[in-house]
Amino acid sequence: MANLEINFAGIKSPNPFWLASGPPTNSGYQIMKAFEQGWGGAVWKTLGVPVVNVSSRYGAINHRGNKVVGFNNIELITDRRLCDNLREMEEVKKYFPKHAVIASLMVQTKKEWQQIVRDAQNAGADGIELNFGCPHGMCERGMGSAVGQEPEVLETIARWVMEVATIPVIVKLTPNISDITEPAQAARRAGANAISLINTIQSLVGVDIDKFVTYPIVENHSSNGGYCGPAVKPIALNMVKNCSQHPLVQLPISGIGGIENWRDAVEFILLGASSLQVCTAVMHYGFGIIRDMTSGLEQYMDSHGFATIDQFVGKALPNVKPWEELNLKYSVKASIDEEKCIGCQLCYIACEDGAHQAIDLNEDKNNRTPRINEDNCVGCNLCSLICPVENCITMVRKDDGKQHLTWKQRTDSNNVPTTFNDELAGGLSHEVRKPMDAFKK
Amino acid sequence: MAESKNPNPMQDIERRFPQIKPLMNNSEAYYESSRCLFCYNAPCMLACPTSIDIPLFIRQINNGNLTGAAKTIYQSNYLGNTCGKVCPTEVLCEGACVFTKVNIKALEIGRLQNFATDNAITTHQKFFETPESNGKSVAVIGAGPAGISCACELRSAGYTVDIYEAKNNPSGLALHGVAPYKITNREALMEVEFLREQFGFNIFYNKRIVTKEELDALDARYDAVFLGIGLGNSAEIKIKGEEKLNCVGATEFIEQIKTCPVEKPMAKKVIVLGGGNTAMDAASESARLGAEKVIVAYRRAKSEMKAYYFEYDLAQVTGVEGLFNVAPIEIMGKNEVAGVKFIRTETVDGKLRNIPGSEFVLECGLVIKATGQLKQTSVIAKVKGIDMDEIGRISVNLETGQTGNPKYFAGGDAVNGGAEVVNATAAGKLAGKGIQEFLSKSGQ
Repeated sequence: MANLEINFAGIKSPNPFWLASGPPTNSGYQIMKAFEQGWGGAVWKTLGVPVVNVSSRYGAINHRGNKVVGFNNIELITDRRLCDNLREMEEVKKYFPKHAVIASLMVQTKKEWQQIVRDAQNAGADGIELNFGCPHGMCERGMGSAVGQEPEVLETIARWVMEVATIPVIVKLTPNISDITEPAQAARRAGANAISLINTIQSLVGVDIDKFVTYPIVENHSSNGGYCGPAVKPIALNMVKNCSQHPLVQLPISGIGGIENWRDAVEFILLGASSLQVCTAVMHYGFGIIRDMTSGLEQYMDSHGFATIDQFVGKALPNVKPWEELNLKYSVKASIDEEKCIGCQLCYIACEDGAHQAIDLNEDKNNRTPRINEDNCVGCNLCSLICPVENCITMVRKDDGKQHLTWKQRTDSNNVPTTFNDELAGGLSHEVRKPMDAFKK
Repeated sequence: MAESKNPNPMQDIERRFPQIKPLMNNSEAYYESSRCLFCYNAPCMLACPTSIDIPLFIRQINNGNLTGAAKTIYQSNYLGNTCGKVCPTEVLCEGACVFTKVNIKALEIGRLQNFATDNAITTHQKFFETPESNGKSVAVIGAGPAGISCACELRSAGYTVDIYEAKNNPSGLALHGVAPYKITNREALMEVEFLREQFGFNIFYNKRIVTKEELDALDARYDAVFLGIGLGNSAEIKIKGEEKLNCVGATEFIEQIKTCPVEKPMAKKVIVLGGGNTAMDAASESARLGAEKVIVAYRRAKSEMKAYYFEYDLAQVTGVEGLFNVAPIEIMGKNEVAGVKFIRTETVDGKLRNIPGSEFVLECGLVIKATGQLKQTSVIAKVKGIDMDEIGRISVNLETGQTGNPKYFAGGDAVNGGAEVVNATAAGKLAGKGIQEFLSKSGQ
């Protein structure tokens, strides 16, 4: 039976699922409720000098019947007094001594930073998270992502914190930067115990096309916010991978960004995260989703023979390589299962208009199952991705598996196209129709 | 003390016959339209007799362009709202939906269609511009789906169109013959009014064209004539006692329900003779009007019924019972119907025959004959050159709707012998194009 307990940089937790700092961790009431339902930890809504917020605050992307595929907010850090938050933190720890309570912090001066770190420690926090990520509102005041975008400033502040910290310190990174590993390395140099990523992505979630103002609307105006939710997961996964693989980072990673189920969690773990933080999914569905997350993770671990989370942290990392190291000889072609095909012909039009014209319609108009033209199929996956029927279009390996040749190797042996009209152009291997053929029916 | 209210016929029908395809609300339409795959060369579109670009209008609904969706529908089908409600979508667009191949519920195309068209109608949108008159005029006989559709097509090309309608309302069987739980009278009438406002055709009501003189007058006045005359009264079954009180034709029975619903109480026991969709409608309606026992009696086997399976299902849900392999031989009773004498039948070597000695009588207070409608052969015969087939249907060129007399075109039930509203609509539009081609080519 899988054991979900973790020890993340010294912070122990009954399972790897923590609530990320945000509206769900605004109060002791919410965190107690969450722990009661099975959450392993919670990162308190960022503490600092209390703010004053606007109304409204959130915006969302919906997609064809699915609500909140992406989410955006212009809310700031806690608007509650520090004393109230700390009193409640103490109370939570009293009832849930084995759960992880992490204090997210954001202040300005060295004096403030060191004072608030001590206050959080005195309240019984198990760890501290430095909010260097918030990309809206707070950054205008020189905090949040303004710090995360300047590795030197980040390092300086993290050092102030490390001088007084007696509990593990996590540095939360902003994705609003071209190379996430630079602030991650700065955190490492400052002596931080872990990093967490990603914070939200600076965004405009949409425009009210009748009122000519972006969302969320505050009277007749709006402002950029921070983007999160399921849609940001791929960006987060890539950044987690980059930090995991970097030799000068080598810190435990708390993965954040669009996690809403156990599959997402497993993906983050496989790319190097050893704790997980969730916010948007809870804002959408409530704390109850934890039951599916823990049971799914347990099931996955049991079926793969993993007894502890540690056993599969980063397990996919060796397989994520630079493009130039991929095998150019590997070849897959699409294959349509005629029994399963329902005749929507989406694969046909997707390939015809959007890819490589490698799918033909059947000459018999009563047979709506398209056919793969293997000579033209480049094995791109597009048809299998858009096919609405499970396992109807599969990608079948066609090479014999014996040959291995990478771009790097070809470059080393001067076997790559180098001029504009080079005969080594990859596209010469398949037919491209003539422009005038577009008018043929 | 008993309360009494002034009867309100329209409301009364709508109360008694809740719509089986009620109007969607915004959320329902959004989520339902989200499911559409946007198939290429979509099977639903191919299955539609009017070739509506269904994936396009569903996508337009989903993306919040309701006006565009309605435009897409009306460009292919002038009776888009009526068809959305009354089409047998189960065997047309929805039956062709690829989802059915994986046992996923088909998109509710009919209701989505109504969501868009109802909005266009109730907000009085205007999609079509009619050009200036081209100086030519066409007479349309019959303001049913075929005639209205033909009129719209001609008006959009600048022809003057006068429609002559025998009854005092337009829409033909879509109003008088379609089961009241499929479409309300108000909906049927509103769509024609919506079209009339856009296209500006004229309708003359209570103008039954039957005599040679009336036909000649039209011939003299118009450049072409479209016959959208439909079918006539219910056919007789030619058995003893058929003339008795409370032995009625299904078409007349349904028309009465739909046009003057406040009348005497429903008979407790009803027997419907026939196995087609009209029989199922008449049976369902009898049950919904309070008949305690309704039997559909069909002379062949259940599997040979012409009614769609879902129409029989719908009738059964209301408590209608099916009785198969029975032929009526006499309507019993003194002056009024008291029962029907049947004889059992069997099919031997492909031929239906009565089983001697198997006669029996079922009691009832109402007999509804749903064994087809008469063809309007006497009218057709009065126009020179129009051919009819052996069962009295007008013969036309299927590409143009043109009859044997080049100036005359036809479409709808009078040509196909009785089919769906959507078929009549398609035929009317086709004939509209045919007339344009004829009049522009012949220089007439």
